[in-house]
Amino acid sequence: MSTSAPAEALLALQRFGMGPRPGSIGAIASDPRGALLAELDNPPPFSEAAAALPSSAKAVRAVADADARRQAKAIVATREEAKQPAADASMMAEDAAPKTSEMGQKMAAEAIPDPRRTIYLAEAKLRTEAALQATIGFTERLVWFWSNHFCVSAFKVRSMSGAYEREAIRSHMLGSFSDLLLAAENHPAMLFYLDNLGSMGASSVAGINRNKGPNENQSREALELHTLGVRAGYTQDDVISFANALTGWTWVPPYSSPDHGGEFAFNARMHQPGGQTVLGKRYEQEDIEQGRAVLRDLAVHPATATHIATKLARHFIADAPPPALVESIARAFRDSGGDLKETAKAMIAAPESWTLPPTKLKRPGEWVVAMVRSTGITTVDPERYTGGVALLGEPLWSPSSPKGFPDDEASWIDGIGRRLDISNAFAEREAEKVDPNEIIDNVLASQVSGEVKQAVGQAETRQQALSLLFMSTEFLRR
Amino acid sequence: MRLHRHLVSRREVLLGSGALFAWTQMPRLARAEGRDPRMLVIVLRGALDGLGAVAPVGDPDWSSLRGDRALMLDGKTPALPLDSFFALNPAMPNLSRFYKAGQAAIVHATATPYRERSHFDGQDVLESGFAKPGATDSGWLNRALLALESDGRVNPTGSRAIGVGAVTPLVVRGEAPVMSWVPQNLLPAGADTQARLLDLYQHTDPKLAVALQARMQLASLGGAGGMDDPLAAGDSPVMPPLARIRAYFADAAGTAGRLLARADGPRVGALGFVGWDTHVNEGATVGQLANLLGALDGALAAVETSMGEAWRETVVAVITEFGRTAHINGTNGTDHGTGTVAFLAGGAVRGGRVIADWPGLKTAQLYEGRDLKPTTDLRAVLKGLLRDHLRVDDAALASSVFPASADVAPLAGLVA
Repeated sequence: MSTSAPAEALLALQRFGMGPRPGSIGAIASDPRGALLAELDNPPPFSEAAAALPSSAKAVRAVADADARRQAKAIVATREEAKQPAADASMMAEDAAPKTSEMGQKMAAEAIPDPRRTIYLAEAKLRTEAALQATIGFTERLVWFWSNHFCVSAFKVRSMSGAYEREAIRSHMLGSFSDLLLAAENHPAMLFYLDNLGSMGASSVAGINRNKGPNENQSREALELHTLGVRAGYTQDDVISFANALTGWTWVPPYSSPDHGGEFAFNARMHQPGGQTVLGKRYEQEDIEQGRAVLRDLAVHPATATHIATKLARHFIADAPPPALVESIARAFRDSGGDLKETAKAMIAAPESWTLPPTKLKRPGEWVVAMVRSTGITTVDPERYTGGVALLGEPLWSPSSPKGFPDDEASWIDGIGRRLDISNAFAEREAEKVDPNEIIDNVLASQVSGEVKQAVGQAETRQQALSLLFMSTEFLRR
Repeated sequence: MRLHRHLVSRREVLLGSGALFAWTQMPRLARAEGRDPRMLVIVLRGALDGLGAVAPVGDPDWSSLRGDRALMLDGKTPALPLDSFFALNPAMPNLSRFYKAGQAAIVHATATPYRERSHFDGQDVLESGFAKPGATDSGWLNRALLALESDGRVNPTGSRAIGVGAVTPLVVRGEAPVMSWVPQNLLPAGADTQARLLDLYQHTDPKLAVALQARMQLASLGGAGGMDDPLAAGDSPVMPPLARIRAYFADAAGTAGRLLARADGPRVGALGFVGWDTHVNEGATVGQLANLLGALDGALAAVETSMGEAWRETVVAVITEFGRTAHINGTNGTDHGTGTVAFLAGGAVRGGRVIADWPGLKTAQLYEGRDLKPTTDLRAVLKGLLRDHLRVDDAALASSVFPASADVAPLAGLVA
């Protein structure tokens, strides 16, 4: 592997950043590792425009409100359509909404727009532009990593998915893992996504009155995916006990309070009374502290350190990371008590980060952002961006399961053909403004193979040249 | 919580989940017998509640186990009787029709050898064919194809894996050439650009060359046509309503059927459908699960219709990573369990029967006191199909396809 200054700067930008922009290699070439560390110490602030975005609670209240107004409008429209006296509606069962016609629903939908989509796109725009504008983008990559580790799905919690990332992930991902874990697990988006909102202890007041019990889903996924990792020695009894500890972790129902609807709430009446035993340790707390205490212990469990280190190494450095590399990251995690900035620094310090060849196939979102960055473009049409990454199999904030999007070549390489279609469409739009040779010389500091230079040089059109360049190994791998 | 009515479970839809992955060659031995067998594997991800799909209405403990959520012959939505003991979810009239015509069989109380309750490990075992998760990066279906002698490619233009897809499922990953197809609505890059890129990859990145070449060959096979891309409108993760889920299942399965039926089409394919993880408000008789089973039923009917004559020589195997708890949980759903059902449909199936060594539903009879106990190894079913339908030989089945499974005999007599 070449160790020239531009080569190391390019590696830093690709492996740990969002890919080179015009001028970024020059900006960090004197000390690429130092530049990465400096970004950890002084992360670029997230867009000021985020202040105008609704919190997750406000977003979910807006959705609840719009849905209620839409339903009312549909009922009125249906009544008018059928010229049906309002009194007939009272013959319906008390809690069942009156039937609405298809036309009534359509009219209501046109009159009252769905806030989910508007909020989702506004969040997507700021997030993507942060990735486009960062000099390196190491901290953005870490946001993406942790967001995927603690994923929710916009299929289920669409209006909250962007705010969840800002509130739970972005605010904690350079602090302690314990704080990040607690922020993610008690966020309403996560509690909703993993079915914990209605989970109640079988012997709790609410559980007895309603003859209901706990739901194991969040407990299991927190153990399997968020902390210890699968097959880390926990049992079905641990899953149940931890689920009991998490009973009562719910939210303020969105309709019930104009100021606090959609916020996290601990509901003592839903909480399973008594102590719980998780991984052999007794938790005697009687309230929210019980679940918190379990989470704090899980956060510093040695299996968690190994699980997190393996995922970091696999995401940033190699599909099959060398054990020594994983151990050096795990050690930093353990020795620092789960300090995520120290853990990230350990990746930079690891010699493997600078010697292993760039074999990682970028995930679709990373690749699209790197492609756009190379042209110097810093703003994005969120509909186009989210549509594009969805076509490539990585719809924003919408993995198909709580495991998140996979991080290995085998999962993504069959999508190469689709990427060519995307790069071809992008190249078509930008061909008049962007010179592929400029990208090679100035953005990539000529760090591309002779074959790529030749293919670009011999292309029939500028669009074709750009398309070939964006699809080269130098763009697809890191 | 009213909001539940508007937001659907995360697994209710996954864009791209209908992608088809198929083998483009003909099995030589079966051809020598004058047959031209087709096989389609449908993987239901998220763990199907087997008891909610096929109810043991003749079991004295059934109605008390599920209470008013139990599927019953005399329920509000009466279950469809299969035999004196089992009844089918009423959302599946087509499967019931196949069953009566001897074209569908149901295996009950079945499971892979996996006995933990992680979806992801469970799917890994289901798809890899290994007894333990994380053992390999290839799938049993792909390795079965490797073990089949080919009677020549049916796609005259090529063979390697074709990638226009998003994420390739493990069951078809491996060394055997497999093509994939997902709905395509972007204007593809020109042939000249593709050829130049292929040339570049051949000099710089052989793996990318293989992936790209495969996609170019698929394009030359011609579009499958007829399938709406759910992203076509550009409004990517908008939650499609039930009608769109039904249409998507049916379109994906119908496309698979059309391709498998073609004289020059593939002979073995796999699809995945997500959405079966019914932790909350399962709705086996009315609701989520009934809707999903209805969509699956429509997909099976779409395969039958689109295959025409070739349906006669077809087996569709519908499998899932594990079952769900026998009891209803605290949120009117079911949690991760063990034993479940597998559906076998198609003109080549020796159907009209439920294959089950029924374990019973009393607490002591449940696996770990909570799940339907598995009494039939799902590998036996799959091995029986691969052996008797496609003619994969016993030795390969016991070693390379389902490693270390010599003690799991292929279930005989599944195909007519």
